[in-house]
Amino acid sequence: TMLSKGLKRKREEEEEEEKESLAVDAWWLDPGHPAVAPASPAVASSSLFDLSVLKLHHSLRQSEPDLRHLVLVVNTLRRIQASMAPTAALPPVPNPPAAPSMADNLLASSDAALSASMASLLEDLSHIEGLSQAPQPLADEGPPGRTTGGAPPGLGALDLLGPATGCLLDDGLEGLFEDIDTSMYDSELWAPASEGLKPGPEDGLGKEEAPELDEAELDYLMDVLVGTQALERPPGPGR
Amino acid sequence: SVGQGGPKCPSWDCGGRGGGGCAGQIRGLCETDIISTVEFNHTGELLATGDKGGRVVIFQREPESKNAPHSQGEYDVYSTFQSHEPEFDYLKSLEIEEKINKIKWLPQQNAAHSLLSTNDKTIKLWKITERDKRPEGYNLKDEEGKLKDLSTVTSLQVPVLKPMDLMVEVSPRRVFANGHTYHINSISVNSDCETYMSADDLRINLWHLAVTDRSFNIVDIKPANMEDLTEVITASEFHPHHCNLFVYSSSKGSLRLCDMRAAALCDKHSKLFEEPEDPSNRSFFSEIISSVSDVKFSHSGRYMLTRDYLTVKVWDLNMEARPLETYQVHDYLRSKLCSLYENDCIFDKFECAWNGSDSVIMTGAYNNFFRMFDRNTKRDVTLEASRESSKPRAVLKPRRVCVGGKRRRDDISVDSLDFTKKILHTAWHPTENIIAIAATNNLYIFQDKVNSDMH
Repeated sequence: TMLSKGLKRKREEEEEEEKESLAVDAWWLDPGHPAVAPASPAVASSSLFDLSVLKLHHSLRQSEPDLRHLVLVVNTLRRIQASMAPTAALPPVPNPPAAPSMADNLLASSDAALSASMASLLEDLSHIEGLSQAPQPLADEGPPGRTTGGAPPGLGALDLLGPATGCLLDDGLEGLFEDIDTSMYDSELWAPASEGLKPGPEDGLGKEEAPELDEAELDYLMDVLVGTQALERPPGPGR
Repeated sequence: SVGQGGPKCPSWDCGGRGGGGCAGQIRGLCETDIISTVEFNHTGELLATGDKGGRVVIFQREPESKNAPHSQGEYDVYSTFQSHEPEFDYLKSLEIEEKINKIKWLPQQNAAHSLLSTNDKTIKLWKITERDKRPEGYNLKDEEGKLKDLSTVTSLQVPVLKPMDLMVEVSPRRVFANGHTYHINSISVNSDCETYMSADDLRINLWHLAVTDRSFNIVDIKPANMEDLTEVITASEFHPHHCNLFVYSSSKGSLRLCDMRAAALCDKHSKLFEEPEDPSNRSFFSEIISSVSDVKFSHSGRYMLTRDYLTVKVWDLNMEARPLETYQVHDYLRSKLCSLYENDCIFDKFECAWNGSDSVIMTGAYNNFFRMFDRNTKRDVTLEASRESSKPRAVLKPRRVCVGGKRRRDDISVDSLDFTKKILHTAWHPTENIIAIAATNNLYIFQDKVNSDMH
């Protein structure tokens, strides 16, 4: 499996990656590279998009994702996606395009689904985190910042965070089992025979070969993401 | 006191002990020795470092002595202890790293020293005491502590205190646990010396130093739906004089100054400091490089210093619209952002520091370089923390990165920079020109002997 529970020292391996010198094969900037030529902004964007999707995945596969990294990657992904959007607004071409570009495939198949899946990924993250949070104030207790009952006099309207042990069963038994759902971690996100991308541990960036995602793999990826979410609850509206 | 007929350009040298290597190279190359935080105490007498293995090492400055002028004022190891151990969170099936994220000293109130150290989840208060005497001459126990045969005791004696070799004892006095769901990035002691705050990605809590079973949530930016999460807290600090004011920075490059008197939950800032995006520099990476990695109030309390990926900025508390001053740390990286995104270097979090008089600011960079900016003369310098340049009492030579064009002999080209050698953690002595630089697992302490007084 790609991720075993309690896998220690993920950061160690990440740092090992960083220890390699910065002789980055910035293939998407190399005009001679087949995936890049012609070096149009649209293709560069879609390559950055792929890279960002890989980073997002890599980040989410961590046992405890770095929220800052995750948020920055997602926001960057949204920027890139927004810049690619205009091509989706073009009227349909009467003749089918000879070689549909990666970007078009991406947009055609996944715009709303990707937003939904990214949103769902973040939401899923909150479910995983949620069990050791302090109890959220209930709606009828007033706005956050009010004490729960029994606050000592003189403390005023301050939110008390008690020890976390009390919130184990806050969501009821269902909440307990939610945490045990490991579909997020155990699913094979990449088909074993996938081309061009080794699903090895901590190898997500696959620098050596061009990380071209062909359409079938990307769709599979989207299905898994969106399908996973469907098991728990319907995906939220696309953004 | 600034710039007029002042001393000439400071010359920094490595405060090495005589006869040995640089005083700083304490450890070998084990990964758990990677230094993760550096902090002087309020007098500068003590310097604490935390590392990835959960250890804290405290250095003490030797008192200056006329007998040995060359070894005056240098730092030696004072105490080493294990602050945090790796923990396993059984509920979430994940391991909590023992890496020390931050250390903050408490102001000294008696003979003992105290500091707070924190990893991702738990903050601990440590008390450091010295013992240099021990009692001798007990009536009922002998020298080894064994009970005496009472029939041999014929007279009473008063035990006396005899000098002994100095022993430094460190004991954990408080453990502040279960306050944070997300990773703690900052702690800051309040000027009231009774409370402190801890900040994680989404929340900031206020603690009383004597109370471990509860804390008060003063900032909460967690959205109702995590899908709406677009911003996290990156750093936080109390104002040095006003115990009701604190600032926190975000991943979007904004600073929020909050007043705890205004509301219990300080979600509404008193002031919002944000610089509008420069349209000519706009790129996919604009947000990432604007993310503030560190914020520090000046000693005067009038300014704030922030570090983002490419710059350090000085903000005036009275001006929210834009920073007062902006200094380019390594603008030559602007054309390399794509590569730096690919290898995650763009997410590196550099710290920044003020000197004691708030006239010079310092921050780290790559290739073991660190930069200093003189706010008054507008001069800046790039120095390197490396074994070669740090023979004892060797004066640091300014370095230069050349970006094409005319290249001088000792220049480094941008493409030969080593991005694995990053100076993320730096600290400046509170009153003197002494700096501590953490370069991976080596600690360098540089002193400006020529200009040891602040100017």
